[in-house]
Amino acid sequence: MKEVAFGQYYPVDSFIHRLDPRLKLVFLIAFITAIFIASNFWGLGACVLVLAAIIVFSRVPLGKVLRSVRAIAFLVLFTAVINLLFYAGETVYFQWGILVVTKEGILFSVFLVIRLLLLVICSSMLTYTTTPVALTDGIESLLTPLKWIRFPVHALALIMSIALRMIPTLMEEAERIQNAQKARGADFESGNIFRRIKAIVPILIPLLLSAFRRADELGDAMEARCYMGGKMRTKYKKLKFSWRDGLSLFVCVLLITAVVLLRIYLGDVI
Amino acid sequence: MYALEFKDVSFSYGEGGFRIPKLNFTVKEGEFVAILGHNGSGKSTLARLANGILAPDRGTVSVFGAPVDEKHLYEVRRQVGVVFQNPDNQTVASIVEDDVAFGAENVGTPREEIGRRIDFALSAVGMQAHRLSAVSRLSGGQKQRVAIAGVLALKPRIMILDESTAMLDPRGRREIMEVAKRLNQEEGMTIVVITHFPEEALLADRALVMNRGELVMQGAPKEIFTRHEELITYNLELPRIGRIEKSLHEGGMPVKSTLNIEELVNEIAGELTCGS
Repeated sequence: MKEVAFGQYYPVDSFIHRLDPRLKLVFLIAFITAIFIASNFWGLGACVLVLAAIIVFSRVPLGKVLRSVRAIAFLVLFTAVINLLFYAGETVYFQWGILVVTKEGILFSVFLVIRLLLLVICSSMLTYTTTPVALTDGIESLLTPLKWIRFPVHALALIMSIALRMIPTLMEEAERIQNAQKARGADFESGNIFRRIKAIVPILIPLLLSAFRRADELGDAMEARCYMGGKMRTKYKKLKFSWRDGLSLFVCVLLITAVVLLRIYLGDVI
Repeated sequence: MYALEFKDVSFSYGEGGFRIPKLNFTVKEGEFVAILGHNGSGKSTLARLANGILAPDRGTVSVFGAPVDEKHLYEVRRQVGVVFQNPDNQTVASIVEDDVAFGAENVGTPREEIGRRIDFALSAVGMQAHRLSAVSRLSGGQKQRVAIAGVLALKPRIMILDESTAMLDPRGRREIMEVAKRLNQEEGMTIVVITHFPEEALLADRALVMNRGELVMQGAPKEIFTRHEELITYNLELPRIGRIEKSLHEGGMPVKSTLNIEELVNEIAGELTCGS
Protein backbone atom coordinates (compact mmCIF):
# COMPACT_ATOMS: atom_id res chain seq x y z
CA MET A 1 0.00 0.00 0.00
CA LYS A 2 2.87 2.33 0.79
CA GLU A 3 4.34 1.77 -2.66
CA VAL A 4 1.32 2.86 -4.65
CA ALA A 5 0.39 5.63 -2.27
CA PHE A 6 2.10 8.20 -4.42
CA GLY A 7 2.92 8.25 -8.05
CA GLN A 8 1.53 5.45 -10.11
CA TYR A 9 4.60 3.96 -11.67
CA TYR A 10 3.84 0.83 -13.62
CA PRO A 11 6.97 -1.32 -13.36
CA VAL A 12 7.64 -3.03 -16.67
CA ASP A 13 10.55 -2.71 -19.06
CA SER A 14 9.56 -1.01 -22.31
CA PHE A 15 10.77 1.36 -24.98
CA ILE A 16 8.97 4.23 -23.23
CA HIS A 17 10.21 3.25 -19.77
CA ARG A 18 13.78 3.37 -20.99
CA LEU A 19 13.55 6.87 -22.40
CA ASP A 20 15.57 9.57 -20.71
CA PRO A 21 13.33 11.34 -18.16
CA ARG A 22 14.44 14.70 -19.55
CA LEU A 23 13.23 13.69 -22.98
CA LYS A 24 9.91 12.55 -21.53
CA LEU A 25 9.40 15.85 -19.73
CA VAL A 26 10.20 17.85 -22.86
CA PHE A 27 7.98 15.54 -24.89
CA LEU A 28 5.10 16.05 -22.47
CA ILE A 29 5.38 19.84 -22.69
CA ALA A 30 5.58 19.66 -26.49
CA PHE A 31 2.65 17.28 -26.64
CA ILE A 32 0.46 19.52 -24.48
CA THR A 33 1.42 22.45 -26.68
CA ALA A 34 0.46 20.40 -29.74
CA ILE A 35 -2.92 19.61 -28.21
CA PHE A 36 -3.61 23.30 -27.85
CA ILE A 37 -2.26 24.24 -31.28
CA ALA A 38 -4.53 21.66 -32.90
CA SER A 39 -7.63 23.52 -34.04
CA ASN A 40 -9.44 20.78 -35.92
CA PHE A 41 -10.07 17.07 -35.82
CA TRP A 42 -7.16 16.32 -38.15
CA GLY A 43 -4.72 17.95 -35.77
CA LEU A 44 -6.20 16.17 -32.78
CA GLY A 45 -6.14 12.97 -34.79
CA ALA A 46 -2.39 13.31 -35.19
CA CYS A 47 -2.08 13.71 -31.40
CA VAL A 48 -4.31 10.69 -30.78
CA LEU A 49 -2.18 8.65 -33.16
CA VAL A 50 1.04 9.56 -31.36
CA LEU A 51 -0.47 8.95 -27.92
CA ALA A 52 -1.82 5.58 -29.05
CA ALA A 53 1.66 4.64 -30.22
CA ILE A 54 3.07 5.69 -26.83
CA ILE A 55 0.51 3.56 -24.99
CA VAL A 56 1.24 0.53 -27.17
CA PHE A 57 5.01 0.86 -26.81
CA SER A 58 4.82 1.50 -23.06
CA ARG A 59 3.19 -1.90 -22.41
CA VAL A 60 0.94 -0.29 -19.80
CA PRO A 61 -2.42 -2.10 -19.99
CA LEU A 62 -5.25 -0.08 -21.52
CA GLY A 63 -7.43 -0.59 -18.44
CA LYS A 64 -4.83 1.10 -16.31
CA VAL A 65 -4.52 3.97 -18.75
CA LEU A 66 -8.27 4.52 -18.77
CA ARG A 67 -8.37 4.46 -15.01
CA SER A 68 -6.50 7.77 -14.97
CA VAL A 69 -9.47 9.24 -16.81
CA ARG A 70 -11.91 8.22 -14.11
CA ALA A 71 -10.74 10.98 -11.81
CA ILE A 72 -11.85 13.66 -14.26
CA ALA A 73 -14.85 11.81 -15.70
CA PHE A 74 -17.23 14.25 -14.08
CA LEU A 75 -15.35 17.27 -15.41
CA VAL A 76 -15.38 15.80 -18.92
CA LEU A 77 -19.07 15.05 -18.77
CA PHE A 78 -19.90 18.47 -17.37
CA THR A 79 -17.89 20.28 -20.05
CA ALA A 80 -19.46 18.17 -22.77
CA VAL A 81 -23.04 18.74 -21.61
CA ILE A 82 -22.64 22.47 -21.06
CA ASN A 83 -21.11 22.96 -24.50
CA LEU A 84 -23.64 20.70 -26.10
CA LEU A 85 -26.59 22.64 -24.69
CA PHE A 86 -25.36 26.21 -24.88
CA TYR A 87 -23.08 26.41 -27.90
CA ALA A 88 -24.58 28.90 -30.33
CA GLY A 89 -24.45 27.19 -33.69
CA GLU A 90 -26.39 27.53 -36.91
CA THR A 91 -27.65 24.07 -37.73
CA VAL A 92 -30.23 23.58 -34.99
CA TYR A 93 -31.27 19.99 -34.28
CA PHE A 94 -33.30 20.56 -31.15
CA GLN A 95 -34.44 23.53 -29.08
CA TRP A 96 -36.13 23.82 -25.71
CA GLY A 97 -36.24 27.23 -24.07
CA ILE A 98 -32.69 28.51 -23.93
CA LEU A 99 -31.26 25.04 -24.52
CA VAL A 100 -30.16 24.37 -28.08
CA VAL A 101 -28.49 21.40 -29.58
CA THR A 102 -26.71 22.31 -32.78
CA LYS A 103 -24.44 20.44 -35.15
CA GLU A 104 -21.61 22.84 -34.27
CA GLY A 105 -22.28 22.31 -30.56
CA ILE A 106 -21.97 18.55 -30.91
CA LEU A 107 -18.75 18.82 -32.89
CA PHE A 108 -17.28 21.29 -30.43
CA SER A 109 -18.19 19.13 -27.43
CA VAL A 110 -16.58 16.09 -28.98
CA PHE A 111 -13.51 18.18 -29.78
CA LEU A 112 -13.22 19.40 -26.18
CA VAL A 113 -13.71 15.93 -24.73
CA ILE A 114 -10.95 14.50 -26.92
CA ARG A 115 -8.69 17.38 -25.95
CA LEU A 116 -9.30 16.83 -22.22
CA LEU A 117 -8.77 13.07 -22.47
CA LEU A 118 -5.53 13.57 -24.38
CA LEU A 119 -4.28 15.98 -21.71
CA VAL A 120 -4.97 13.63 -18.84
CA ILE A 121 -3.77 10.47 -20.51
CA CYS A 122 -0.51 11.95 -21.77
CA SER A 123 0.35 13.32 -18.32
CA SER A 124 -0.39 10.04 -16.61
CA MET A 125 1.68 8.17 -19.21
CA LEU A 126 4.66 10.11 -17.89
CA THR A 127 4.04 9.00 -14.32
CA TYR A 128 3.19 5.44 -15.36
CA THR A 129 6.52 5.02 -17.11
CA THR A 130 8.89 7.12 -14.99
CA THR A 131 9.85 6.59 -11.35
CA PRO A 132 9.60 9.66 -9.10
CA VAL A 133 13.35 9.46 -8.57
CA ALA A 134 14.04 9.54 -12.30
CA LEU A 135 11.62 12.45 -12.67
CA THR A 136 13.48 14.40 -10.02
CA ASP A 137 16.79 13.73 -11.77
CA GLY A 138 15.24 14.84 -15.03
CA ILE A 139 13.87 18.06 -13.59
CA GLU A 140 17.20 18.86 -11.96
CA SER A 141 19.06 18.29 -15.18
CA LEU A 142 16.61 20.36 -17.24
CA LEU A 143 16.81 23.24 -14.78
CA THR A 144 20.62 23.25 -14.74
CA PRO A 145 20.87 26.29 -17.07
CA LEU A 146 19.09 28.32 -14.39
CA LYS A 147 22.26 28.12 -12.30
CA TRP A 148 23.44 31.01 -14.42
CA ILE A 149 20.89 33.28 -12.82
CA ARG A 150 21.84 31.87 -9.41
CA PHE A 151 18.71 29.78 -9.08
CA PRO A 152 19.47 27.08 -6.45
CA VAL A 153 18.85 24.11 -8.75
CA HIS A 154 20.78 21.66 -6.59
CA ALA A 155 18.90 22.64 -3.43
CA LEU A 156 15.56 22.36 -5.21
CA ALA A 157 16.41 18.89 -6.50
CA LEU A 158 17.53 17.77 -3.06
CA ILE A 159 14.33 19.11 -1.51
CA MET A 160 12.28 17.18 -4.04
CA SER A 161 14.17 13.96 -3.49
CA ILE A 162 14.00 14.23 0.30
CA ALA A 163 10.28 14.93 0.04
CA LEU A 164 9.85 11.79 -2.05
CA ARG A 165 11.95 9.83 0.39
CA MET A 166 9.89 11.04 3.35
CA ILE A 167 6.42 10.38 1.95
CA PRO A 168 6.28 6.69 2.92
CA THR A 169 7.81 7.45 6.33
CA LEU A 170 5.28 10.16 7.11
CA MET A 171 2.39 8.07 5.79
CA GLU A 172 3.39 5.29 8.13
CA GLU A 173 3.58 7.74 10.99
CA ALA A 174 0.19 9.27 10.20
CA GLU A 175 -1.30 5.81 10.26
CA ARG A 176 0.33 5.09 13.60
CA ILE A 177 -0.94 8.33 15.13
CA GLN A 178 -4.41 7.70 13.74
CA ASN A 179 -4.44 4.24 15.27
CA ALA A 180 -3.27 5.64 18.57
CA GLN A 181 -6.10 8.19 18.51
CA LYS A 182 -8.60 5.52 17.56
CA ALA A 183 -7.42 3.36 20.43
CA ARG A 184 -8.32 6.24 22.71
CA GLY A 185 -11.78 6.56 21.23
CA ALA A 186 -11.32 9.15 18.50
CA ASP A 187 -13.89 8.85 15.72
CA PHE A 188 -12.73 9.51 12.16
CA GLU A 189 -15.51 7.82 10.23
CA SER A 190 -18.81 9.31 11.29
CA GLY A 191 -20.37 12.75 11.22
CA ASN A 192 -20.61 15.31 8.45
CA ILE A 193 -17.67 16.58 6.46
CA PHE A 194 -16.83 19.36 8.91
CA ARG A 195 -16.71 16.98 11.83
CA ARG A 196 -14.45 14.67 9.91
CA ILE A 197 -12.11 17.47 8.91
CA LYS A 198 -12.00 18.56 12.53
CA ALA A 199 -11.12 15.02 13.57
CA ILE A 200 -8.01 15.19 11.39
CA VAL A 201 -6.50 18.07 13.37
CA PRO A 202 -5.29 15.82 16.22
CA ILE A 203 -3.42 13.77 13.60
CA LEU A 204 -1.93 16.69 11.74
CA ILE A 205 -0.43 18.47 14.72
CA PRO A 206 1.66 15.58 16.06
CA LEU A 207 2.62 14.72 12.49
CA LEU A 208 3.82 18.24 11.86
CA LEU A 209 5.79 18.35 15.10
CA SER A 210 7.44 15.06 14.34
CA ALA A 211 8.27 16.21 10.82
CA PHE A 212 10.16 19.15 12.31
CA ARG A 213 12.04 16.84 14.66
CA ARG A 214 12.88 14.55 11.77
CA ALA A 215 14.09 17.47 9.68
CA ASP A 216 16.37 18.51 12.50
CA GLU A 217 17.89 15.06 12.84
CA LEU A 218 18.19 14.64 9.10
CA GLY A 219 20.07 17.93 8.96
CA ASP A 220 22.58 16.67 11.53
CA ALA A 221 22.96 13.37 9.69
CA MET A 222 23.54 15.17 6.40
CA GLU A 223 26.13 17.46 7.92
CA ALA A 224 27.85 14.48 9.50
CA ARG A 225 28.13 13.08 6.00
CA CYS A 226 30.00 16.19 4.85
CA TYR A 227 27.07 17.91 3.16
CA MET A 228 27.86 21.55 2.46
CA GLY A 229 25.54 22.53 -0.32
CA GLY A 230 26.10 22.02 -4.01
CA LYS A 231 29.68 23.23 -4.11
CA MET A 232 32.27 20.76 -5.43
CA ARG A 233 29.68 18.03 -5.32
CA THR A 234 29.85 15.24 -7.89
CA LYS A 235 26.95 13.15 -9.09
CA TYR A 236 26.90 9.39 -9.21
CA LYS A 237 23.92 9.00 -11.51
CA LYS A 238 24.32 10.31 -15.03
CA LEU A 239 21.46 10.55 -17.46
CA LYS A 240 22.26 9.21 -20.92
CA PHE A 241 20.70 10.18 -24.19
CA SER A 242 20.28 7.16 -26.46
CA TRP A 243 18.99 6.42 -29.96
CA ARG A 244 15.54 5.89 -28.44
CA ASP A 245 15.54 9.47 -27.24
CA GLY A 246 16.71 10.71 -30.64
CA LEU A 247 13.90 8.85 -32.35
CA SER A 248 11.33 10.17 -29.88
CA LEU A 249 12.56 13.70 -30.34
CA PHE A 250 12.12 13.27 -34.09
CA VAL A 251 8.51 12.09 -33.57
CA CYS A 252 7.95 15.07 -31.32
CA VAL A 253 9.18 17.57 -33.95
CA LEU A 254 7.14 15.78 -36.59
CA LEU A 255 3.99 16.02 -34.50
CA ILE A 256 4.37 19.72 -33.82
CA THR A 257 5.03 20.43 -37.49
CA ALA A 258 2.03 18.35 -38.55
CA VAL A 259 -0.28 20.02 -36.09
CA VAL A 260 0.85 23.51 -37.10
CA LEU A 261 0.46 22.76 -40.82
CA LEU A 262 -2.99 21.22 -40.26
CA ARG A 263 -4.04 24.30 -38.35
CA ILE A 264 -2.85 26.64 -41.11
CA TYR A 265 -4.32 24.69 -44.03
CA LEU A 266 -7.52 23.25 -42.60
CA GLY A 267 -8.61 25.98 -40.19
CA ASP A 268 -10.89 25.65 -37.14
CA VAL A 269 -13.19 22.88 -35.98
CA ILE A 270 -16.30 24.10 -37.66
CA MET B 1 48.53 10.46 18.62
CA TYR B 2 45.04 9.39 19.62
CA ALA B 3 42.24 8.66 17.21
CA LEU B 4 39.94 10.70 19.40
CA GLU B 5 40.84 12.89 22.32
CA PHE B 6 38.65 14.92 24.67
CA LYS B 7 40.74 17.33 26.68
CA ASP B 8 39.14 19.32 29.52
CA VAL B 9 35.95 19.55 27.47
CA SER B 10 33.06 21.40 28.99
CA PHE B 11 29.76 22.01 27.31
CA SER B 12 26.28 23.16 28.19
CA TYR B 13 22.98 23.52 26.38
CA GLY B 14 22.49 27.01 27.80
CA GLU B 15 21.58 28.19 31.27
CA GLY B 16 19.94 25.54 33.41
CA GLY B 17 20.17 22.96 30.60
CA PHE B 18 22.18 19.80 30.54
CA ARG B 19 25.89 20.31 31.02
CA ILE B 20 29.16 18.44 30.84
CA PRO B 21 31.40 20.01 33.50
CA LYS B 22 34.76 18.64 32.43
CA LEU B 23 35.54 15.61 30.36
CA ASN B 24 38.81 13.87 29.61
CA PHE B 25 39.23 10.69 27.67
CA THR B 26 41.04 9.21 24.71
CA VAL B 27 40.43 6.50 22.15
CA LYS B 28 43.35 4.79 20.44
CA GLU B 29 43.39 3.96 16.76
CA GLY B 30 41.87 0.56 16.06
CA GLU B 31 40.18 0.38 19.43
CA PHE B 32 36.59 -0.72 20.02
CA VAL B 33 35.18 1.43 22.81
CA ALA B 34 31.72 1.40 24.32
CA ILE B 35 30.28 4.43 26.06
CA LEU B 36 27.54 3.33 28.43
CA GLY B 37 25.08 5.62 30.05
CA HIS B 38 21.48 6.03 31.06
CA ASN B 39 19.18 8.57 29.37
CA GLY B 40 20.45 12.07 29.97
CA SER B 41 23.94 10.97 30.88
CA GLY B 42 25.38 13.07 28.07
CA LYS B 43 26.61 10.20 26.00
CA SER B 44 24.95 11.36 22.79
CA THR B 45 26.33 14.85 23.22
CA LEU B 46 29.76 13.22 22.91
CA ALA B 47 29.06 12.05 19.37
CA ARG B 48 27.94 15.52 18.33
CA LEU B 49 31.04 17.07 19.89
CA ALA B 50 33.33 14.54 18.24
CA ASN B 51 32.15 15.45 14.77
CA GLY B 52 31.71 19.17 15.15
CA ILE B 53 27.91 19.33 15.08
CA LEU B 54 28.28 20.88 18.53
CA ALA B 55 31.26 22.92 19.69
CA PRO B 56 32.60 22.70 23.25
CA ASP B 57 32.44 25.80 25.49
CA ARG B 58 35.92 25.15 26.76
CA GLY B 59 38.62 22.57 26.12
CA THR B 60 39.43 20.78 22.87
CA VAL B 61 38.21 17.76 21.03
CA SER B 62 40.73 16.41 18.55
CA VAL B 63 40.62 13.75 15.90
CA PHE B 64 43.96 12.27 14.84
CA GLY B 65 45.64 15.35 16.23
CA ALA B 66 43.46 17.86 14.38
CA PRO B 67 41.28 20.00 16.64
CA VAL B 68 37.57 19.93 15.84
CA ASP B 69 36.98 23.58 14.94
CA GLU B 70 35.71 25.71 12.02
CA LYS B 71 38.98 25.33 10.18
CA HIS B 72 39.28 21.57 10.40
CA LEU B 73 35.58 20.75 10.33
CA TYR B 74 35.54 19.28 6.85
CA GLU B 75 38.67 17.20 7.44
CA VAL B 76 37.29 15.94 10.75
CA ARG B 77 33.97 14.93 9.27
CA ARG B 78 35.69 12.89 6.61
CA GLN B 79 37.51 11.00 9.35
CA VAL B 80 34.67 10.57 11.81
CA GLY B 81 31.49 8.95 10.60
CA VAL B 82 28.43 9.06 12.82
CA VAL B 83 25.47 6.71 12.60
CA PHE B 84 22.50 8.14 14.48
CA GLN B 85 19.61 6.63 16.34
CA ASN B 86 16.60 6.79 14.07
CA PRO B 87 17.07 4.86 10.84
CA ASP B 88 14.26 6.82 9.20
CA ASN B 89 15.87 10.18 9.81
CA GLN B 90 19.22 9.73 8.18
CA THR B 91 18.54 8.48 4.69
CA VAL B 92 18.34 11.18 2.09
CA ALA B 93 17.46 9.24 -1.07
CA SER B 94 14.69 6.78 -1.86
CA ILE B 95 16.95 4.15 -3.38
CA VAL B 96 19.67 2.37 -1.40
CA GLU B 97 22.58 3.02 -3.77
CA ASP B 98 21.67 6.70 -4.16
CA ASP B 99 21.68 7.13 -0.42
CA VAL B 100 25.03 5.40 0.03
CA ALA B 101 26.43 7.64 -2.70
CA PHE B 102 25.28 10.83 -0.95
CA GLY B 103 28.31 11.31 1.34
CA ALA B 104 30.80 10.41 -1.36
CA GLU B 105 29.10 12.85 -3.74
CA ASN B 106 29.34 15.59 -1.13
CA VAL B 107 33.11 15.41 -0.98
CA GLY B 108 33.48 15.47 -4.75
CA THR B 109 34.50 11.87 -5.34
CA PRO B 110 34.81 10.98 -9.05
CA ARG B 111 31.95 8.92 -10.46
CA GLU B 112 33.75 5.62 -11.01
CA GLU B 113 35.21 5.80 -7.52
CA ILE B 114 31.73 6.35 -6.05
CA GLY B 115 30.61 3.15 -7.77
CA ARG B 116 33.49 1.23 -6.20
CA ARG B 117 32.78 2.72 -2.79
CA ILE B 118 29.13 1.73 -2.98
CA ASP B 119 30.24 -1.84 -3.76
CA PHE B 120 32.64 -1.82 -0.85
CA ALA B 121 30.25 -0.23 1.65
CA LEU B 122 27.26 -2.39 0.78
CA SER B 123 29.27 -5.60 0.93
CA ALA B 124 30.80 -4.55 4.26
CA VAL B 125 27.29 -4.39 5.74
CA GLY B 126 25.96 -7.35 3.74
CA MET B 127 23.41 -5.39 1.72
CA GLN B 128 24.66 -5.87 -1.86
CA ALA B 129 21.47 -7.66 -2.81
CA HIS B 130 19.44 -4.58 -1.89
CA ARG B 131 21.46 -2.09 -3.91
CA LEU B 132 18.49 -1.03 -6.02
CA SER B 133 15.78 -1.51 -3.38
CA ALA B 134 13.58 1.25 -2.02
CA VAL B 135 14.79 2.32 1.43
CA SER B 136 11.21 2.47 2.70
CA ARG B 137 10.78 -1.25 2.06
CA LEU B 138 13.66 -2.34 4.30
CA SER B 139 13.46 -3.46 7.92
CA GLY B 140 14.81 -1.23 10.69
CA GLY B 141 18.03 -3.22 10.95
CA GLN B 142 18.51 -3.12 7.19
CA LYS B 143 17.89 0.64 7.07
CA GLN B 144 20.46 1.11 9.79
CA ARG B 145 22.95 -1.02 7.86
CA VAL B 146 22.35 1.22 4.84
CA ALA B 147 23.05 4.21 7.10
CA ILE B 148 26.34 2.57 8.11
CA ALA B 149 27.15 1.95 4.45
CA GLY B 150 26.45 5.63 3.74
CA VAL B 151 29.04 6.54 6.36
CA LEU B 152 31.52 3.92 5.11
CA ALA B 153 31.34 5.34 1.59
CA LEU B 154 33.20 8.36 2.98
CA LYS B 155 36.03 6.03 4.09
CA PRO B 156 36.21 7.34 7.65
CA ARG B 157 38.82 6.11 10.13
CA ILE B 158 36.51 6.31 13.13
CA MET B 159 32.90 5.29 13.24
CA ILE B 160 30.65 6.40 16.07
CA LEU B 161 27.40 4.52 16.54
CA ASP B 162 25.27 6.95 18.51
CA GLU B 163 22.57 4.73 20.01
CA SER B 164 22.20 3.25 16.55
CA THR B 165 20.53 0.14 17.91
CA ALA B 166 18.10 1.79 20.31
CA MET B 167 15.13 1.68 17.95
CA LEU B 168 15.77 -1.79 16.56
CA ASP B 169 14.45 -5.21 17.49
CA PRO B 170 16.90 -7.74 18.99
CA ARG B 171 17.70 -9.16 15.59
CA GLY B 172 18.43 -5.74 14.11
CA ARG B 173 20.62 -4.92 17.12
CA ARG B 174 22.63 -8.09 16.62
CA GLU B 175 23.09 -7.33 12.91
CA ILE B 176 24.45 -3.87 13.64
CA MET B 177 26.81 -5.03 16.36
CA GLU B 178 28.14 -7.80 14.13
CA VAL B 179 28.87 -5.27 11.41
CA ALA B 180 30.65 -3.00 13.91
CA LYS B 181 32.75 -5.83 15.28
CA ARG B 182 33.70 -6.99 11.80
CA LEU B 183 34.70 -3.51 10.66
CA ASN B 184 36.88 -3.24 13.74
CA GLN B 185 38.57 -6.57 13.24
CA GLU B 186 38.85 -6.74 9.47
CA GLU B 187 39.25 -3.11 8.45
CA GLY B 188 40.98 -1.99 11.64
CA MET B 189 38.42 0.79 11.96
CA THR B 190 38.20 2.60 15.28
CA ILE B 191 34.71 2.07 16.66
CA VAL B 192 32.92 3.99 19.39
CA VAL B 193 29.57 2.53 20.37
CA ILE B 194 27.34 4.79 22.43
CA THR B 195 24.60 2.75 24.05
CA HIS B 196 22.53 1.95 27.09
CA PHE B 197 22.51 -1.80 26.39
CA PRO B 198 25.12 -3.52 28.57
CA GLU B 199 25.20 -6.45 26.12
CA GLU B 200 26.70 -4.19 23.51
CA ALA B 201 29.38 -2.90 25.84
CA LEU B 202 30.43 -6.49 26.43
CA LEU B 203 31.72 -6.66 22.82
CA ALA B 204 34.09 -3.73 23.30
CA ASP B 205 37.76 -3.67 24.27
CA ARG B 206 37.05 -0.95 26.76
CA ALA B 207 33.95 0.57 28.31
CA LEU B 208 33.39 4.07 29.64
CA VAL B 209 30.41 4.82 31.86
CA MET B 210 28.84 8.26 31.78
CA ASN B 211 26.52 9.71 34.37
CA ARG B 212 25.17 13.27 34.40
CA GLY B 213 27.79 14.54 32.03
CA GLU B 214 30.69 12.97 33.86
CA LEU B 215 32.87 10.00 33.18
CA VAL B 216 32.37 7.79 36.23
CA MET B 217 33.84 4.40 35.36
CA GLN B 218 36.36 3.21 32.86
CA GLY B 219 37.91 -0.18 32.13
CA ALA B 220 37.51 -3.56 30.53
CA PRO B 221 33.79 -4.40 30.22
CA LYS B 222 34.19 -7.57 32.26
CA GLU B 223 35.81 -5.63 35.05
CA ILE B 224 33.14 -2.94 34.98
CA PHE B 225 30.33 -5.45 35.17
CA THR B 226 31.72 -6.92 38.36
CA ARG B 227 30.95 -3.59 40.06
CA HIS B 228 27.24 -4.16 40.09
CA GLU B 229 26.30 -1.96 43.05
CA GLU B 230 28.03 1.00 41.46
CA LEU B 231 26.28 0.45 38.11
CA ILE B 232 22.90 0.47 39.81
CA THR B 233 23.52 3.95 41.16
CA TYR B 234 24.00 5.07 37.54
CA ASN B 235 20.72 3.42 36.50
CA LEU B 236 22.53 0.75 34.52
CA GLU B 237 21.83 -2.95 34.38
CA LEU B 238 24.14 -5.92 34.13
CA PRO B 239 24.08 -7.78 30.83
CA ARG B 240 21.71 -10.74 30.95
CA ILE B 241 24.47 -13.24 31.47
CA GLY B 242 25.72 -11.16 34.39
CA ARG B 243 22.25 -11.21 35.92
CA ILE B 244 22.15 -14.99 35.57
CA GLU B 245 25.50 -15.32 37.30
CA LYS B 246 24.30 -13.04 40.04
CA SER B 247 21.13 -15.03 40.64
CA LEU B 248 23.14 -18.22 40.73
CA HIS B 249 25.34 -16.69 43.40
CA GLU B 250 22.36 -15.56 45.40
CA GLY B 251 20.80 -19.00 45.00
CA GLY B 252 23.88 -20.61 46.50
CA MET B 253 25.85 -21.69 43.44
CA PRO B 254 29.16 -19.79 43.57
CA VAL B 255 30.09 -19.80 39.86
CA LYS B 256 33.05 -17.75 38.72
CA SER B 257 31.95 -14.57 36.96
CA THR B 258 33.15 -14.78 33.34
CA LEU B 259 30.34 -13.10 31.38
CA ASN B 260 30.79 -15.76 28.75
CA ILE B 261 28.01 -18.22 27.95
CA GLU B 262 30.20 -21.25 27.23
CA GLU B 263 32.35 -20.75 30.30
CA LEU B 264 29.27 -20.28 32.41
CA VAL B 265 27.77 -23.50 31.07
CA ASN B 266 30.99 -25.33 31.96
CA GLU B 267 31.02 -23.76 35.42
CA ILE B 268 27.45 -24.85 36.07
CA ALA B 269 28.17 -28.36 34.76
CA GLY B 270 31.21 -28.51 37.06
CA GLU B 271 29.21 -27.32 40.06
CA LEU B 272 26.48 -29.83 39.40
CA THR B 273 28.85 -32.79 39.14
CA CYS B 274 30.75 -31.69 42.28
CA GLY B 275 27.52 -31.18 44.19
CA SER B 276 26.13 -34.63 43.44
